Amino acid sequence: MTAMTIIRLENVNYDYGAGLSFETHALDNISLDIEEGSIVGLIGPTGSGKSTLLQQMNGLLRPSSGSVYFRGEDISSRSFDSRTLCSRVGIVFQYPEYQLFSEDVISDVMFGPLNIGLSHDDARRRAEEALQMMGISGDELKLSPFELSGGQKRRAAIAGVVAMEPEVLVLDEPTAGLDTAGRKDLIDTIISMRGKRKMTVIWSSHSMEDMASYVERLIVMYKGAVVRDGTPADVFRDAQYLEQIGLAVPEASYMIRELRTRGIGVEEGAITLEQAADSIMAAWNRSRKNGLEQL
Amino acid sequence: MVRDVTIGQYYPVNSAVHRLDPRVKLLGTLLFLISVFFINNAETFVIVTFFLILVIRLSRVPFRLMLRSMRAILVILVITFIISALFTPGTELWRAGAVKITREGLNSGIYMSLRLAYLVIGASVMTLTTTPNKLTDGMEKGLGFLKIFRIPVHELAMMMSIALRFIPILMDELDKIIKAQKARGADFESHDLVKRVRGLVPILVPLFVSAIRRADELASAMDARCYHGGEGRTKMKPLIYRRADLIAYGVIFVYTAAVIFLSIHPFIWRQ
Repeated sequence: MTAMTIIRLENVNYDYGAGLSFETHALDNISLDIEEGSIVGLIGPTGSGKSTLLQQMNGLLRPSSGSVYFRGEDISSRSFDSRTLCSRVGIVFQYPEYQLFSEDVISDVMFGPLNIGLSHDDARRRAEEALQMMGISGDELKLSPFELSGGQKRRAAIAGVVAMEPEVLVLDEPTAGLDTAGRKDLIDTIISMRGKRKMTVIWSSHSMEDMASYVERLIVMYKGAVVRDGTPADVFRDAQYLEQIGLAVPEASYMIRELRTRGIGVEEGAITLEQAADSIMAAWNRSRKNGLEQL
Repeated sequence: MVRDVTIGQYYPVNSAVHRLDPRVKLLGTLLFLISVFFINNAETFVIVTFFLILVIRLSRVPFRLMLRSMRAILVILVITFIISALFTPGTELWRAGAVKITREGLNSGIYMSLRLAYLVIGASVMTLTTTPNKLTDGMEKGLGFLKIFRIPVHELAMMMSIALRFIPILMDELDKIIKAQKARGADFESHDLVKRVRGLVPILVPLFVSAIRRADELASAMDARCYHGGEGRTKMKPLIYRRADLIAYGVIFVYTAAVIFLSIHPFIWRQ
């Protein structure tokens, strides 16, 4: 099965504030191919251009130079229907709960589908589906969005984007401000939704642990350029470089590293807690086999 | 991303004028604006122009920024001039059918346009050399005597400072909200007026909610730091007159007196 490129960035540069005192070269010659159906993670220190890059993917921002292709078509070309792009590539911004505004939850979630021209009934059906996937249903639909709890508000806001049934879901730090349990719940929901709807998911995060556990491909940005691009295992191998640019590696990696520094014979390479546990158990079993009392 | 707009037009440079106490600048600008209305002959014109140029040079602000503020009133200037020139009765200089330009008209036209221009430039010198917060401080201290009349000077000044501080923050928030709604297909360029107005709801409601939420948080934060109004409250950077300020006051008063005098009694040699 050949993987199709769903979004392609070619030599994309983005500048803003031209001529003014805060002129910034936000994106530097970025070329990327996003495979359909993949889960891609995006990390980088603050100001590295992550948000700017994400907004290029659904045409909210247009490149100063270079091109963006969706399913092979240039999104800036006249023949391309850019108005529907936002429904095919949905973007969820940071703290999306701040965009809620309707009298009730269901109306808010219907906003997106109605905007793209669906009938009232279709929009309602989609909204209910999306909300159910995000774990909100029944009486909660009739509440004012401002009466929901913080976590529910966020889910409702995400449902608002998912209701448009996008082919690609872009999320800018979806777990920002959530506690550990909340984070895990939300990510699990997104992953299961991705499976059900066969969406491509691109998300940016500051949590190395989440990236290690959930994404297939990890892109690292620094000062507007892509500096690393590979599997999480590959990317996290070079801890020194990541630390240099202001990032970190998952805690599990640090733990393994620390154990090795103390002479304990654990294998390198673990990036998740489960992998670390496996490595430690393997080392323990090896030492038992060799008749040693300690590692 | 942040649209970093500077409120007012403060131009950051270290000049004698920038360093002056804001109260001096406030009063000075007021007196200057009044003096502009006393321009009615060559002597006053020269003195006012000279004073203005002196202050501009001392402020070390590039002249082109002053001109920028003129752009806004260019239309008014031209209209004022034309109306004055065409409709003031007096000795004719030129005529084309029913339309005529008189010498008095030309004279008064020039004076009126100049006055308008000087008013605008004078005011912009103040905003170019003083930050909005310093201006608020100056007004708070300068108008402090109004407390006798039960006017809450401190509270008003605090409200202004907070408002100024939050303008860029709310603009940023507005930007984010617009982007989020655009990402959900919202259309802000519709030609249908009704649609356009309705399209404001997804923008205004979140913005209001956000503003109120921030106000609530700010109030709690101020409360937690024992803020209880202006009574007995000291300042980190109190406004204290320095020698330069007193000299500036002196210069301003002499200047104003001179202009008023010359507008009534031009130089004797003219007689």
